[in-house]
Amino acid sequence: MIYKVISKKEFTGFIDALVRSNSSFGPRQVDNDLRGNAVYQFQPVHSVDEIAFDYSATASSAKHFFLPFQEELSRFLFHDGDWEQQITYEANPVVLIGLRACDISALNILDDVLLNGHFPSPSYLARRKNSFVIGMDHLPLADCFCKSMNHHTVTTGFNLFCSDIGDHYYLSINSSKAFSFLREFETRDPNYDDNCMLVERRKRIQNGFQTEIDVTALPTILDIEFDSPVWEKWGDKCLNCGTCAMVCPSCYCYSLTESFATSLNGASREKKLYSCNLVDFAVVAGGHNFRPKKGDRLKYRYYHQHRGFAENANQQICVGCNRCGRACLAGINPKDVINDLRMEKESCMTCASSSPRKI
Amino acid sequence: MVEKLKIASFDFTCCEGCQLQLTNREATLPDFLGLLDVRNFREISSERYDDYDIALIEGSISRQDEVDRLLKIRKQAKILVAFGTCACFGGVNSLKNKLPVKELIDEVYPGMTIETLPVRKISDLVKVDLFIPGCPVDKREVERIVVNLVKGSQVKLPKYPVCVECKAQLTTCLFELGEICLGPVTRAGCNAVCTSGKTPCLGCRGPAEEINMAAFLELVKERRLNLDDLQEKLAFYNAFEPFQNHEA
Repeated sequence: MIYKVISKKEFTGFIDALVRSNSSFGPRQVDNDLRGNAVYQFQPVHSVDEIAFDYSATASSAKHFFLPFQEELSRFLFHDGDWEQQITYEANPVVLIGLRACDISALNILDDVLLNGHFPSPSYLARRKNSFVIGMDHLPLADCFCKSMNHHTVTTGFNLFCSDIGDHYYLSINSSKAFSFLREFETRDPNYDDNCMLVERRKRIQNGFQTEIDVTALPTILDIEFDSPVWEKWGDKCLNCGTCAMVCPSCYCYSLTESFATSLNGASREKKLYSCNLVDFAVVAGGHNFRPKKGDRLKYRYYHQHRGFAENANQQICVGCNRCGRACLAGINPKDVINDLRMEKESCMTCASSSPRKI
Repeated sequence: MVEKLKIASFDFTCCEGCQLQLTNREATLPDFLGLLDVRNFREISSERYDDYDIALIEGSISRQDEVDRLLKIRKQAKILVAFGTCACFGGVNSLKNKLPVKELIDEVYPGMTIETLPVRKISDLVKVDLFIPGCPVDKREVERIVVNLVKGSQVKLPKYPVCVECKAQLTTCLFELGEICLGPVTRAGCNAVCTSGKTPCLGCRGPAEEINMAAFLELVKERRLNLDDLQEKLAFYNAFEPFQNHEA
């Protein structure tokens, strides 16, 4: 990693040059909600003044730039009683501006699952390699809990990360591409004061969290609480609408559909991002549904998010952005569900006897 | 060569907009028509034959002569399709059922003799083999289903609600803008065409599978949204009739 400092004015020029010559996306205000708060999304940007650098959080994550909500995986052509499969991994280069540390952590988790497993995803790889990710730090929002997940800072998975130190940005440069781009702009090596400012900034972020979730031993607790009534309680609230998984930066489950072309001389295999809360997520051939109950479907989302699967070494995949909690119309959020589960456990512990004596 | 589907399209109490969708999506229209042997479809041809296998029924039933005609079609058709929201649920026409028939005639056709019945959905009268909801139907979905019928593969509609498709378009949730939207309880497949244009979903595709109406009512109440507005929206296409007895 190389560290540089750039004035905000010069930074603006740098970003402007970048977005003017590349297909770029950054946070933009798209609405005001009924409480008067700005709603942001990662949207196309064509000049630097379109970017809301002071944004709070985007309603949806940046996941879809790497895992589109819908994509054609392959195409089949039928001819002379035979067939031919066509697969392309074309991904147009994109510049993504303003991702938070948690968003980038989510990409690193997706890398683990989709690139480092037994069957790497070529389309994900193409998109990941063809993206230029610029991260920006921020002071935590009232409901951010990424510190609990240890994702409030990030050291890898981006090209450039910008920490706000007043009149300047403290740049962590993580790729030769970013280094070469920046060479055309005025930067300097960080001095003692800059380093102090960076430490101060990090402290402010670190100490700014109002929401914390105790995730110690959570995978074990989830295992113990497999039959907890807590799941049914929260499941009863769930609308099964899949919103949580759609806005999540790390949910990657999907459905696969193969369909004939209307001409019948070909077919297409299409992938759609799905959610474990959707009613037919666990329906198998023949129509049996392994998870017909709402509470079970919700439980498995928490299991995947907070206990992890073998494919990512049982690491939690939740990064603590709370987008799911904000978007859930039924008021279901990780903090309340996990605390509820812990309460369940703790109330049981009060009646337990003291530790077994040594024999 | 595939065997073409011997198909006929019939309109009842409706605007004929769903049938018109059959001629939409020009890019694949020749391929689409290539799968069909159109026996009866007055919007595109004056030729009429009575030997069809598949009957698309558009509209709801609101007159005795419609009942007779529908029963006759049912006898001929191997597969009878409720085509569009009116056929599937009664549709907007069902608003008629809120008032006594006589009052309606006096208002719309004062002094005239009109023979009319309360509006019914197709499945109130005949067995329906396939439902294709939508106001209007989505041509992509119709195309996919026609291809499934030609190839003998399973016909499926999305089981999940509109929110999935709405979120994929990064639409701001209409509840966040203070509106009541039926997206969370309505069957997807429309690609969230209304909500992504900032118009709340009125549920034209009917309820998604195993919806949680109790939680949905709770959400409307908790946000202190207008319960009359909710009832009006649920009743708009008559698609949520089985769920409307919930205490609101």
